[in-house]
Amino acid sequence: MNQTPAPVPAWQDAVFKVLKQGGVRQIAYVPDVGHSHAIRSAIADPDIEDIVLTTEEEGVALVSGAWLGGQRAVLLMQSSGVGNCVNMFSLLSSADFPFFTLVTMRGEFAEFNPWQGPMGQATQGALELMGIRVLRVDDPDEAEEIVSAGFDAAFQAGERVAVLLGQRLIGRKKWEHN
Amino acid sequence: MDTTASSPRASRRAFVSRLLAATPDALVITGLGSAAYDVFAAGDRDRNYYLWGAMGGAASIGLGLALAQPDQSVVVITGDGEQLMGIGSLGTIAVKQPKNLTIVVLDNGHYGETGMQRSHSSLGTDLVAVAKGFGIADAFATSTLEGSDDIARRVMARAGTVFAQVFVEVEELPRALPPRDGPYIKNRFRAALGLKPF
Repeated sequence: MNQTPAPVPAWQDAVFKVLKQGGVRQIAYVPDVGHSHAIRSAIADPDIEDIVLTTEEEGVALVSGAWLGGQRAVLLMQSSGVGNCVNMFSLLSSADFPFFTLVTMRGEFAEFNPWQGPMGQATQGALELMGIRVLRVDDPDEAEEIVSAGFDAAFQAGERVAVLLGQRLIGRKKWEHN
Repeated sequence: MDTTASSPRASRRAFVSRLLAATPDALVITGLGSAAYDVFAAGDRDRNYYLWGAMGGAASIGLGLALAQPDQSVVVITGDGEQLMGIGSLGTIAVKQPKNLTIVVLDNGHYGETGMQRSHSSLGTDLVAVAKGFGIADAFATSTLEGSDDIARRVMARAGTVFAQVFVEVEELPRALPPRDGPYIKNRFRAALGLKPF
């Protein structure tokens, strides 16, 4: 492995700072390139538990357990993971848990893989059907403000909020090296 | 391992009652259905969190809670069907290895709530081997009432993640229904930990 780490986009740095400054103590995730800085930062931070999941619905349950125990926890996932969570989302409204998730989008902008399309295009609708409010970031300059607004709605007002990080924000996936 | 219906099995209500009597301060998360009824029948406690849905989520809720409250013993009490639906969570728990988390699967080999259809655990799946395979080293089975004492000691010791499969009788008991008001049990549970509303 001789890959040189790519520079961290400023918006990714801003997103992690919102979580850190908001007192998040657990970050659960199924990886995605758009979350890579937050995941690396969580692993490196002694005050934050990083939890790698086998499937995203575990994260919905885990962050609820963290709240039962008095900690703020967030879920990082890709749009495909939202589909995996649908029934588990009922936990959030049945028990009135605050919830904050960051969702990196696929299947919506310059997508190479057609298999990402169906769930990516249904992601917002699926979240809203399950009672989760959806915010969205496409402009990197707005990332901090929108993520922060969603975060506060979750942990100060007790809402269930997803912030979609648009595929245009994340950038084209490189399918071939060279 | 002999897991046929003719081998000795524990009474689930007696087992849970004995376990909780020996772990009075433990924080308890129940899976939905029979496990929730067993825990409620043993006596309602502010430190119980009963699920009525979210099938497959009990162990993951336990993990988030155990990480948030490392000085408290956390016990997940669930059934074989509920644990099977969230089986990957055993891998997630094994990665974190919280010392204060014990998973107790009351295994009757059947989906009791829906008419006693057989589950994987009576059709060939060995849940202890699965837990060990995921990396939970202290994984074992018991089928006696006294086996609850071994689990209780581990719960109190908080010395490592524990997975206990408890072979229980295949029986349909009268339901003992815990509160279904999710916000109420959430707020009651948090208040028992001294946590304030936001």
